[in-house]
Amino acid sequence: MAYNWNWGVFLQPTATGDDSTYLDWMFHGLQMTIGLSLSAWLIALLLGAVVGVLRTVPNRWLSGLATAYVEVFRNIPLLVQLFLWYFVMPELLPEDLGNAFKQSNPIVQQFLSSMVCLALFTSARVAEQVRSGINSLPPGQKNAGLALGFTLPQTYRHVMLPMAVRLIVPPLTSEFLNIFKNSAVCSTIGLLELAAQGRQLVDYTAQPYESFIAVTIAYLLLNVVVMSGMRWVEVHVRVPGYIGGK
Amino acid sequence: MHEFDWSSIPNALPFLWDGMKISLEITLSAVIFGIVWGTLLALMRLSSITPLSWFAAGYVNLFRAVPLVMVLLWFFLIVPHLLESLFGLPRGTDMRLTSAIAGFALFEAAYYSEIIRAGIQSVPKGQMAAASALGMTYGQAMRLVVLPQAFRNMVPLLLTQGIILFQDTSLVYVSALADFFGAAYKVGDRDGRLVELLLFAGAVYFVLCFAASRVVRHYQNKMKTA
Repeated sequence: MAYNWNWGVFLQPTATGDDSTYLDWMFHGLQMTIGLSLSAWLIALLLGAVVGVLRTVPNRWLSGLATAYVEVFRNIPLLVQLFLWYFVMPELLPEDLGNAFKQSNPIVQQFLSSMVCLALFTSARVAEQVRSGINSLPPGQKNAGLALGFTLPQTYRHVMLPMAVRLIVPPLTSEFLNIFKNSAVCSTIGLLELAAQGRQLVDYTAQPYESFIAVTIAYLLLNVVVMSGMRWVEVHVRVPGYIGGK
Repeated sequence: MHEFDWSSIPNALPFLWDGMKISLEITLSAVIFGIVWGTLLALMRLSSITPLSWFAAGYVNLFRAVPLVMVLLWFFLIVPHLLESLFGLPRGTDMRLTSAIAGFALFEAAYYSEIIRAGIQSVPKGQMAAASALGMTYGQAMRLVVLPQAFRNMVPLLLTQGIILFQDTSLVYVSALADFFGAAYKVGDRDGRLVELLLFAGAVYFVLCFAASRVVRHYQNKMKTA
């Protein structure tokens, strides 16, 4: 097989004329992936916590609503959801708002749609973890809280949630890893994150193997960094006496 | 506000159904190959032969760390060229469907192998010991005693993973292969009715996946009481 390996290609200036190198492109992609994933993760945590709590409350309307939320976001493919946010949502908004969105910078449009999409998609999964964390607590904890005269919201805030949050750190780690991987789907609407930069590198450099190997390694590194970070969190918050605890 | 016009959907139904057949074909083949290859990976991972278990661990961790989109791009952009130059195939042979199935099968096998490994480990150790005491070899004990029980417990998880895989097949969009979602997008783009077609596609996926997950849950509950 006659293939000319050329790893030096990353240090060459890009064909677009400005003085950035192809390595700079990769770093921009990496930054976009990280920025997108972290911002979506923050929203997903907050929203997921609220929806997860609502799924466990003794009110049929609230828990039914939360269940519907989770089912909708879990049963539609991520790509379809992304296209719905990017192509359909601006058409369904009130006209002023929709037009304002369509006239904004294309990068802002892509980023906002991607962020909302990833955040809501992940929030449904976070909600499931929060729910199973709360349900895994012994029922005595809730009863004890109520018996001490706490209201139900107070029992959640001071008794159940502090425990549940610490118990669900390990499953949340895998959701956190997933959000970085899922962000690659956003390359389909033209957002220049890591995977999209990889494709662009192939087109510009004609060195497909180097480009794809570099991008794949970047994802592996990202994975390792997130995993070690979350391992640190896990060790610091684990509950003594539980599996994996001290 | 957008004015809806659903009239382009009825005429496009045969085309959309062709797309759905491709989605289902990819899902089914990837589930079958994924489970077979995933079982082998799980057995390798649990085996006492160190190089085999390292290979399986490396394989599983690699595929689980990389986004599916990235794996599919490898299989659409790089692997066909590699095969062309290795086997001297004519340039531009359309291998997209085969590539898609291979990519999904190899990717999902990593996830299946983790489910299957947990399933094998959930079978009580005494089963293996009893089989050995009856004079079975390791292979016989695995095949006749441990795996059948493991798979019985795993069926709901394997099916749920199949539903996730069905949703993920929409990502063949990156190769412009006309699966159900690709077909819906093409029709919407052609008729200027993207909003309607995307909503329709979302609704179809929702109904199918929701119904399928209900069936799995029903089966799971029946298993618990049995």
